[in-house]
Amino acid sequence: MIPATFDYAAPTSVEEALSVLAEAGDDAKVLAGGQSLLPILRMRLNAPEKVVDLGRVEALRGVRDGGDHIAIGSMTPYSEVVGNALVQEHAGLLAKAVETVADPQIRHRGTVGGALVHADPAGDVGAPVLALDATMVVVGPGGERTVGAGEFFHDLFETAVADGELLTEIRIPKHTGWGSAYEKFVRVSHQWSIVAVAATVKAEGGTITEARVGLTNMGSTPLRATAVEQALVGKGTADLADACAAAAEGTNPPSDLNGDADYRRHLATVLTRRAVQHALGG
Amino acid sequence: MTRITVTVDGASYTDEVEPRMLLVHYLREVLGKVGTVVGCDTSNCGACTVHLDGRSVKSCNMLAVQADGHEVTTIEGLSTNGELHPMQTAFHENHALQCGYCTPGMIMQAVDLLKENPNPSEEEIRVGLEGNLCRCTGYHNIVKAVAAAAGSSQRSDA
Repeated sequence: MIPATFDYAAPTSVEEALSVLAEAGDDAKVLAGGQSLLPILRMRLNAPEKVVDLGRVEALRGVRDGGDHIAIGSMTPYSEVVGNALVQEHAGLLAKAVETVADPQIRHRGTVGGALVHADPAGDVGAPVLALDATMVVVGPGGERTVGAGEFFHDLFETAVADGELLTEIRIPKHTGWGSAYEKFVRVSHQWSIVAVAATVKAEGGTITEARVGLTNMGSTPLRATAVEQALVGKGTADLADACAAAAEGTNPPSDLNGDADYRRHLATVLTRRAVQHALGG
Repeated sequence: MTRITVTVDGASYTDEVEPRMLLVHYLREVLGKVGTVVGCDTSNCGACTVHLDGRSVKSCNMLAVQADGHEVTTIEGLSTNGELHPMQTAFHENHALQCGYCTPGMIMQAVDLLKENPNPSEEEIRVGLEGNLCRCTGYHNIVKAVAAAAGSSQRSDA
């Protein structure tokens, strides 16, 4: 399979990328790591006139310490995020979730920013970013703005990033000392999550004082299980089941060959309990 | 057409390519490096795995223009002076192939795996190869071969 023809631009700075995008209008597609876009182009599900490759914009790559948060460049590949000491120390949940994305080859090329803007609800980056209360930095012709993770995901494959804009950075408040786990349910290794749950908790003497829970593939966007987060406060490993029972509340999971919506609701409660238990070190 | 310069298996090549050309097609059809094969064409099977700047990637899931200025190693560049790479020897000695179609990708990914983790457990080998499919289901001997290669490189390090 071969993509349809397109014009190609490889800018080396954010400014240059924005001006190329402005010139190309709405028939341009941004190429990040390409691990989702290339299959789409090959199968001709999309045939943009122009592909703007961000692979040479060095400024968009890497992780830095921002004081109360860590800042991850949108073009940082999964494999660098997983192995990064700042991510491991202050946003362990993200490292654990990203480690489950696809396979090693894909993780060498695919980027966290590309995955977030692609916004596949079965992707593994959205739920942890949502649970960790991240802030997205978006730049466009009008300058720079920030968008909270809660307002970032609009619908299936749709985010707050408009045509002509770029996601440049993901800022994650430091969750130093929080336990975390990503429970991913798949039928075959290296496939998309049927359902996955991202949980991170702060605990004192085995009792949860704060909890954050994100859900993968339980609706058209990644979701936050806020009822569970509240119910978990004051709980320990022995009484998680009741607190996690509401994990599927307010969700609208898909039905497909991997399982119907009811089955996914069941999975969400089981995986939430397991994720919280593992986050507590159990 | 876009002009690219890529180092492949130690030699530098400059070519005019269509931006839509996949890296695997550039390797096979322009450079004649047919050791790298196209398996599934959907980025699932890993048969087309090569190294880009020393890290494994699926060459069917990348444009040739994205490799401009970078270094690619294919299965054809793995041996040195006619001597098989230790991973190739291990696959040979452990009969780690049946039809052989997945072998170039398996070997390239296995080499990457040992670079990251020189002494993997059996489970770590299986997880490390999760992006490579063998439709003959010859995984058992493939895992054995990777373990053997890890052992032999450890001995030579000692």
